Amino acid sequence: MTRRLLVLGLVLVFASSWAVAQVAADKRRSGYQDMGEALQKMQDDDTANPGMLFVQLGSQLWAKPVGAENKSCADCHGAAATSMKGVATRYPAIPQGAERPVDLEGRINLCRAENQKADRLPPDNRDLLALEAYVAHQSRGMPIAPPYGPILDAFRAQGEGIYRRRQGQLNLSCAICHDDNAGKKLAGIAIPEAHPTGYPIYRLEWQALGSLKRRLRNCLVGIRAEAWPLDAPEYVALELYLMERAKGLPLETPAVRP
Amino acid sequence: MRILVVLALLLIACPIAAQPVTPQIVDDSIPRSLTGKPGDAARGRAIVANRSVGLCLLCHSGPIAGERFQGDIAPSLAGAGSRWTEGQLRLRIVDGSRLNADTIMPAYYRTDGLQRVARAFEGKTLLSAEQVEDVVAYLVTLKD
Repeated sequence: MTRRLLVLGLVLVFASSWAVAQVAADKRRSGYQDMGEALQKMQDDDTANPGMLFVQLGSQLWAKPVGAENKSCADCHGAAATSMKGVATRYPAIPQGAERPVDLEGRINLCRAENQKADRLPPDNRDLLALEAYVAHQSRGMPIAPPYGPILDAFRAQGEGIYRRRQGQLNLSCAICHDDNAGKKLAGIAIPEAHPTGYPIYRLEWQALGSLKRRLRNCLVGIRAEAWPLDAPEYVALELYLMERAKGLPLETPAVRP
Repeated sequence: MRILVVLALLLIACPIAAQPVTPQIVDDSIPRSLTGKPGDAARGRAIVANRSVGLCLLCHSGPIAGERFQGDIAPSLAGAGSRWTEGQLRLRIVDGSRLNADTIMPAYYRTDGLQRVARAFEGKTLLSAEQVEDVVAYLVTLKD
């Protein structure tokens, strides 16, 4: 009897420590975990999260007919809550018939140009950000699930190359700060782990909603490197790599960050 | 003709103006001042504290009260003047990669071996020779 109890006890101990090890194995952090409680509350509360204003604007734009075709997003895609659910977890992706990956804003602009016959919106345009936030919001809480394939993998590898290469007058790579020194303080602020889990984000430093591209350009300016043109494929390549790092983490759009 | 004279003058003047002082490295230090003169510690302190000039406090902390939001990526500058000699400090600022190829500290007085430098900073050192000397002069005063 005592022996049976002992065996049972041992099994329980092993099982629980195995479970703990599984959780502990994934040490990746979202920027959400490293910001103060007040900001976490702001993000979690839809009435306090400034990004939700853009999501609301996005829902209006979704239903608004535009362009020579006078079509709205909803005319083709119907209710975003069903048609866009999970879509943002899989971007950047290669649109049907295309040869290279695009980010979500690139996909929205493709739709405008091809299906609505409307002008492309420039990067960080308010309406473009709002549409992007609205689409990505439909995947909030879902795990990031990057797509794979020979072309995507090649771009992702290019992105990792950029991430690891030193550049700029300060001769720093993304990896030096966001891998080797993540969690330490740069100018008093904790360096995040480069998991783009909530774009577009409302960044307090910007007092605005902004894209991952804007965030990447901030870092490039910081290390005094030449920023790529706004339509450069390098940003998409970097995003592909960063989303791979964040694979499985829940999407937070619209995230709030300091 | 006048253009030729100007060109000739430029050709003569340019190498002198653009030629950076070549620091002489002896062991793990640069014993001699880059300018031939000692720096100014007060100016050096201002450079260290300035987030867009010295950039030091982004990564280091230092005994500069009133400067909030200092970094903790690199060692504190406090006591730097007792840990290193003037010449050792100079080499660490000029080009720390001469001592440690993997160092993350930018080389403050080097323009080669860099990639994709923003146009506004291309061919320019992070600090001038005078500024390097000012910073060295300040750091040697940090004894505690």
